[in-house]
Amino acid sequence: MTSQLTLNVEFGGGLELLFSNQRLHTVSLPSYIPQNLNKSTDGSFDPTQRPANVTFLLNWLKQNLLKEREELFMDGDSVRPGILVLINDTDWEIEGEGDYVLRDNDEIVLISTLHGG
Amino acid sequence: MPSRPCALCTSATAILKRPKTGQQICKECFFRVFETEVHNTIVDAKLFKPGDRVAIGASGGKDSTVLAHIMKTLNDRYNYGLNLFLLSIDEGITGYRDDSLETVKRNQMQYDLPLKILSYDELYGWTMDKIVEQIGKKNNCTFCGVFRRQALDRGAAMLNVDHIVTGHNADDIAETVLMNIMRGDIARLGRCTLICTQGDDTIRRSKPFKYAYEKEIVMYAYFKKLDYFSTECIYSPDAYRGHARTFLKDLEAARPSAIIDIIHSGEAFELAEEVKLKEQQTCKRCGYMSSNELCKACALLEGLERGIAGMGVKERRRYENETTPSNLRTTSIPLFPGSAF
Repeated sequence: MTSQLTLNVEFGGGLELLFSNQRLHTVSLPSYIPQNLNKSTDGSFDPTQRPANVTFLLNWLKQNLLKEREELFMDGDSVRPGILVLINDTDWEIEGEGDYVLRDNDEIVLISTLHGG
Repeated sequence: MPSRPCALCTSATAILKRPKTGQQICKECFFRVFETEVHNTIVDAKLFKPGDRVAIGASGGKDSTVLAHIMKTLNDRYNYGLNLFLLSIDEGITGYRDDSLETVKRNQMQYDLPLKILSYDELYGWTMDKIVEQIGKKNNCTFCGVFRRQALDRGAAMLNVDHIVTGHNADDIAETVLMNIMRGDIARLGRCTLICTQGDDTIRRSKPFKYAYEKEIVMYAYFKKLDYFSTECIYSPDAYRGHARTFLKDLEAARPSAIIDIIHSGEAFELAEEVKLKEQQTCKRCGYMSSNELCKACALLEGLERGIAGMGVKERRRYENETTPSNLRTTSIPLFPGSAF
C-alpha cells in the first residue's frame, strides 16, 4: 500500500459552510493511522499499525479543514446525529461506519439534514 | 449475485440501510418502496379525489422539493387526476428566504407547475426581519409559524384550491409530539399526528410524508439529483424545537424505529374526560378560525403594532380595561374569505 491516500470529500446540506463554504475537497491522508493517534477502543495506544479508516478521516477533517463550530460537525468520534455519510455512493451504515478501511480515490459524501425543509 | 445483494430484488448491490426496517436495499428498489409507501399513505387516508386542486407548500427546501417531485410522479403514475400548484411564502428573511425562493422558481420550471408567492409584507405589513428587530431573538418561530399557516390558507384561497399539502416528515411530527408533551399543550397533542386537518373555514391540509423518514427524503433527493436549498433559518438556533430535535436524533441513533414509534404513541393518545378544550370560534377582527376572541395572528400583530413584547405569545387574558387604538394597521388586514363578515 502506498503511504498516502487521495480521497474526494464532498459536503452537502449546508455542511460546506463550516468548511470554507467549499463543497468539494481533495484530501491526502496517510494510509496508516500515525502511532500517536492510534488508540484502541479502551483508550490505550495500539502497537499494531492500523490502516486509515473513516473515523480517522473525520478527525483529520476536524483538525485540518474545519473552520468553526466543531460541535456542529462531530460528536465524540463520530459525526453529529443528523449528518448522513456516504462512501462511494453507499450508506456508511452498510459499509461499517467509522471502521470502514479507506482505499485510494474513495469518495466520501457528508450531508447534513439539520435544516428547514 | 453481488457481494452485498439487495434484500428485495437480490440482483443489485445494496446501497442504503432503511431506518424503518433495517433492510439493506439497492437504488432502484429504494426509489420504488419510497414512492409506493407515500402512495399507500395517500390512498389509505383517502386524501384526494379526481379533479382536486392541490397546492404544494413549497419553500425550496429538501422536504418540499421532494414532495413536489413525488406528487407530480404519483399523480402521473397512478392517475390521481389532480391539478397541482406550487405555493410559496416569503417571510422576508434576508439571505435565507430570498435564496430559497430562487430554488422554488427552478422547481417550477423543472416540474412545470404554476407557482404563487405570497409575502408577509403584503399580507401583514411586517417582514420577519422587522419583527425580530422589534421583539429580539425569542419566540421568533411562534410569529413565523402562525403567520405562515394563515398565509398558506390565504394563498390557497386565492388559487381556489381544495387542499394544501406540506412536506412535514416523520421526524418533524415525532419532534412535535415530544414538544407538545414537554409544554403540556394538550389541544395540539391531540391534533398534531393527524395526517389531514380541516377546520370549518379553512382548507384541508395534509402531510403525505407523515411516515417518511427525513434520512430517506434526503437520500432520495441525493440519488435522484434533486436540487434543493439547505441552510438553517438564521433565527432558528434559539428555537425550542432544537432541543426536541437533538433528543430525537440521539434516540434514532440508538434505535431507528423510535421515530415511527413516537408517532404511533401520539396517535394513540386519548384525552381523559375531565380535560376541557376550548371551543373553536372565529376571530372578531379578520374572521379566521380561533380558540379565542382574536386569532393568534391578530393578537401577535396587535402586540407588534403597539410595541408590547410578548403580547399574544403566551396564553393570557387580555389586559383589563383595554381598548384598541383605532389607528392600528391591523384593522386593514384583509378579511378571511368565507367568514361571517
